[in-house]
Amino acid sequence: MIRDVAIVGAGWSGFRSVTPELSHKELMYDAAVRAYEDAGIDPRRDVDTFVTVGEDYHEGISIFDEYVPDQLGAVQRPVQSIAGEGIQGLASAVMQILTGRFDIAVVEGHSKASNIMTLPHVLAFAMDPVFNRPLAVHPYAIAGMEMLRYLSETATTPEECAAVVAKNRSNALFNPLAGYGASISIDDVLIAEPIAEPLSRLECAGHSDGSVVFVLAAGESARVLSDHPIWIRGIGWANDTFWLESRPWGDARYARAAGEMAFRTAGIRSPSKEIDFAEVDDTFAYKELQHLEALGFCSWGTAGEWTLEGGTALGGEFPVNPSGGALGEGHLLDATGLARVLEVVLQLRGQAGQRQIDAAEVGLAFGWRGVPTTAGAAVVLSN
Amino acid sequence: MEEFVYDSVYLSSDDFREGRVLFEMWEPNARYAWDAGVAISRYLQGLKAAKLIGRSCPDCSRVLVPPRMFCESCFYPTDKWVTLRDTGTVLTFSRCYITWDLIQLEEPQMPAVIEIDGASSGMGIMHMLGEVDPEALAIGMRVRAVWKPPDERSGSITDIAYFRPLEE
Repeated sequence: MIRDVAIVGAGWSGFRSVTPELSHKELMYDAAVRAYEDAGIDPRRDVDTFVTVGEDYHEGISIFDEYVPDQLGAVQRPVQSIAGEGIQGLASAVMQILTGRFDIAVVEGHSKASNIMTLPHVLAFAMDPVFNRPLAVHPYAIAGMEMLRYLSETATTPEECAAVVAKNRSNALFNPLAGYGASISIDDVLIAEPIAEPLSRLECAGHSDGSVVFVLAAGESARVLSDHPIWIRGIGWANDTFWLESRPWGDARYARAAGEMAFRTAGIRSPSKEIDFAEVDDTFAYKELQHLEALGFCSWGTAGEWTLEGGTALGGEFPVNPSGGALGEGHLLDATGLARVLEVVLQLRGQAGQRQIDAAEVGLAFGWRGVPTTAGAAVVLSN
Repeated sequence: MEEFVYDSVYLSSDDFREGRVLFEMWEPNARYAWDAGVAISRYLQGLKAAKLIGRSCPDCSRVLVPPRMFCESCFYPTDKWVTLRDTGTVLTFSRCYITWDLIQLEEPQMPAVIEIDGASSGMGIMHMLGEVDPEALAIGMRVRAVWKPPDERSGSITDIAYFRPLEE
């Protein structure tokens, strides 16, 4: 990249299935205060630009970006909102710093999923109104169809997908932030009722409320502000075609493209050798496997076996979703990718407590925008 | 210069209603129940009790209404509840001749922002004016809240029916 950019502050709030005690603004304020304290900055004085990630339909308010500046300290400052995956918002802030016009940027993403009374309907409204929506299928059926196609193309087994759930929910037990920690077996997952075969209920991440805030700084500022900046080495994002009728169902091509862009900027040639661990989207259990393969951490069709053998476990050769992922922390709507980034930051700083990975030097976070999208974003971070 | 004229037909709403034109129509089923949180909950409780509640910032000493848990100017946590009077001064207003769903009105609605007595300068709440000749409205007019009867108050901004001129 033409300028060094680092994360110098991280804050979070919520990460629970309900948060009735706080309004969404109070939730964001709580996360922002922690991030600014962590970075040692005063947002009213030091921050040059703010980016928030959200979606009007999730907020329940049109033009939601009008309602974000107060609680971030962004009144009378440049504010931009991104209707996209959280890591796309991070990319936007990185690019603003790369212009040379801004030195310190703030990125925020949040979820008040518990406040959306008709979440499946809101999700279904994302489907094509002419070709798909009249069929009145739950959007999770898309995940079911994708999982079936992925299993059949790769010979991955339902047990291997279920192993992702057992691993991630168990990892979440070591993460005080995570609300969905559980000690459950592969069999528990397999006998759970089907949502959309072959996808079982326990293979779908539950939802969480929460907010994540990062403070980003350009090279020199980052070194002044922080003894331990976490450097953004590369970032990439991509969409595939929207057609359910002709998208590549087995292969997460958007993840491949996003990963390649991030690795290219980071100068990484061999992701599996040069990266120590990853937080990748696991909104549905099979997605973790699909994403690991598309990102090049293992060869096509081998992620399931690798997971079942423990290769991606906390003590494994390449830990995946040490935080518990979305299955363990809950799905934070548009902020889900930022929750993946948060764990990478904590691990690289050595602040991950009982789930700390030894000698974690380089990590990857990957976010997916969920069904029915083919939108993904990847970021490589290092000490 | 050659002019191209294409054959065309005019479409009427009947053409749509009777299916001679093909189209898709959807209404979103999007319902929300927002967590009010600390500041708004207290504000709504106050309204139910016919009281206007504000909150003060220890940094800039402003009294904010509606109350909030942080000052947007100082980015500092607010720390004190303040009960305000239910009187104030019209900061700005409009005579509005259409309803929110575009029905034309003979008698205008009178939305206004009212700077509340006891809150800091420029701190107002948006509400409606009533019991006043529309032509008599003026910036600086002194007004008082007209509260709904207790059994009709539900913890909502509409617990105040409207503001009317204050006899002083």
